[in-house]
Amino acid sequence: MDNVIRRRTLGARLARWAVYAVLVGMALFYLLPLVVMLLTSVKPLEEIRAGSLLALPQAPTLAPWVKAWSEACTGMRCEGVGGYFWNSFRIVIPAVAISTFLGALNGYALTKWRFRGADLIFALMLFGCFIPFQVVLLPMARTLGWLGLSNSTAGLVLVHVVFGIAFTTLFFRNFYVAIPNELVSAAKLDGAGFFRIFWRILLPVSAPIFVVSVIWQFTQIWNDFLFGVAFSAFETQPVTVALNNMVNTSTGVKEYNVDMAAAMIAALPTLVVYVLAGKYFVRGLTAGSVKG
Amino acid sequence: MSTTSLARGVGTNAARRTPAARLQDWLPRLVVAPSFAVSLFFVYGFMIWTFILSLTNSRMLPQYDFVGFAQYARLMVNERWWVASTNLVIFGGLFVVICLVIGAGLAILLDQRIRQEGVLRTVYLYPMALSLIVTGVVWKWLLNPSLGIESMVRGWGFESFQFDWLVDSDMAIYTLVLAAVWQASGFVMALFLAGLRGIDDNILKAAQLDGASLPRVYWRVVMPCLRPVVFSAVMILSHIAIKSFDLVMALTGGGPGYATDLPATFMYAHAFTRAQIGLGSASAMLMLGAVLAILVPYLFSELRGRKHG
Repeated sequence: MDNVIRRRTLGARLARWAVYAVLVGMALFYLLPLVVMLLTSVKPLEEIRAGSLLALPQAPTLAPWVKAWSEACTGMRCEGVGGYFWNSFRIVIPAVAISTFLGALNGYALTKWRFRGADLIFALMLFGCFIPFQVVLLPMARTLGWLGLSNSTAGLVLVHVVFGIAFTTLFFRNFYVAIPNELVSAAKLDGAGFFRIFWRILLPVSAPIFVVSVIWQFTQIWNDFLFGVAFSAFETQPVTVALNNMVNTSTGVKEYNVDMAAAMIAALPTLVVYVLAGKYFVRGLTAGSVKG
Repeated sequence: MSTTSLARGVGTNAARRTPAARLQDWLPRLVVAPSFAVSLFFVYGFMIWTFILSLTNSRMLPQYDFVGFAQYARLMVNERWWVASTNLVIFGGLFVVICLVIGAGLAILLDQRIRQEGVLRTVYLYPMALSLIVTGVVWKWLLNPSLGIESMVRGWGFESFQFDWLVDSDMAIYTLVLAAVWQASGFVMALFLAGLRGIDDNILKAAQLDGASLPRVYWRVVMPCLRPVVFSAVMILSHIAIKSFDLVMALTGGGPGYATDLPATFMYAHAFTRAQIGLGSASAMLMLGAVLAILVPYLFSELRGRKHG
C-alpha cells in the first residue's frame, strides 16, 4: 500500500504531466490552421507580408471578408463567393430533404415489413456507399445531358440524392432494426396500414436518427467538390468549387487574406453544425464511416 | 376460389384480400422499388457503362468502336499513371499508418481520466467537418515557402530553417500526407476511444493486479481487444486515400508538374480536360478494382457480423 502511494506521488505525477503536455500539444496542432486562417483573414496585406503567421493583427479589418464575399475573382468573374455560398444551400437543402426522406422509408420498409429479398436489396444498395465516384462520372454526365439537367442545380440535387440514398438507408435501416417488432406487429393486427404505422409508431422515436442523417448528408453535400466541379456551370457552382477557382486564379496580386476569408466562409456552415450538434456528427461518422 | 372462401371463413382476414389490402401487402416493396431501381441504374449500370467506355477509343465524346483492352495497355505504359499509382502507395501507406498511430495514441491518453476530455475531443475532431478544399487552401497557405511556417520559424531566429515541400517535386507528396493526417486522425481517435470505452474495466483491473505495468496492459490486453477497430479504421482510411481528389486539387493541383498526381486526379484530368475518355474510364475501373480488393473482405465480415449480432 505504502509503495503504491509513493509511486503515485512521484513517477505518476510526472507521467500525468507528460500526458497533459502531449494532449495539449496535439490540440494546438489541430487548432493551428484554424487560428492562422482567422488571423490572416483580418489582416491587411502589408501586415501579412511583414509579419509572421501567428502575429496578432495590428490593424484588424473586415475588408478581406467583404471582398471575398462580393468582389473577389473566381475564375473569369469577380463577384466573390457570396452567390456560390447560396448556390450550395440551393443544392444542399432539397438534396438532404429528399435523400433523408427516402432513406427513412427504405429503412422502415426493409426492417418492419421484411419481404423476401429485403436483405439482398439492402446489401446491393449498400454497395453504393463504397464505389469510387470516378467510376460513375462519365455516364452521369451523359445521363444528365439526356435529362436536360446538365450544369443545373436540379442536376446536382439529383446526383446527390442518388448517391446519398445508400447512406441514409443504411442509417435508418440500422436504427429501425433495433426497435422491437412487437409494437409494429400489434398495430398490424389492429389493421393499421404501412404509412399509418410509420407515422404513428416509428416517426415519433426517429428524431435522433433524423438528426444524424440530416447532419451527415448536409456535411457531405456541402463539402462535395467532385460532383460540383464535374457537373456545374459558372452560375450553378457550389462554394467549394468557387473557392478552389478563386485560390488558384493567378491573375494580379495574390491576396492571401481574401483567400482565407473565403475559406472561412466556405467552412462556417459545417463548423457551426459541428459545434451545435457534434455528438450526432460523430454518430454519423462512425455509422457511415465508409465514406471519405 | 379457394383462397377467397378460406378468407371469408376466417372473417377478419376477409378485409385483407380486398384490392386495397393487397396493395398494402405490396406497399413495402413499392416504396423501396424506386430507390432500388435508381441504385441498379446509377451504380451498377454506370459501372458497366464505364467499363464499356474503357474498351473503346473514345476521346472528346463517348463513342463505341471497341479496341479491346488497348486502353489498359496504354495505361500500363503511361508514365503519369505510374507516378499517380506510386504516389497512391506512398500517400495511402503513410496516411493510414500515421493516422492509426496518432489516433490510437490520443485515444489511449484521453482514456486516462483526463480533465476537459470533451473539449479536447471536440478540438481533435473538428477538421473532419471541414471540406477537403478548405483544408487544402489553408495548408497551402501554411506551407507557403516565403510567407508560411518557413518564414515564421526563420523569424524566431532559425535562419537556415527550410520547409519548402510544396514546391519540391520530391517532397510535395508529403504535404498531402500532412494535411490529410491533420484532417482524419481525430476521427481515428474517436473510433479507438469508442472501442476503448467498450472494453470491460475488470479486465484491465485484473491485469494490473497481476502486476502488469500500464503500457504492458495496453499492448498485451487492450490492443488485441481493439483488433476490429484497427481493421475497420484501415479499411476506411485506405478507402479515403484511394478516393482522394479534392485535397490534391486544392493543395498542389497535382504539381509541381504532375509530381503529386493520384489516380483520382489522373482520371479527372484525362476524362474531363484532356479529351481521353477511354483512358480515363480505364483508370476509373482500376480504381474500382483497388477499392473492391480492399472492401469485399470487409463487407463480408460486416454482414456476417450483423447476422450473428
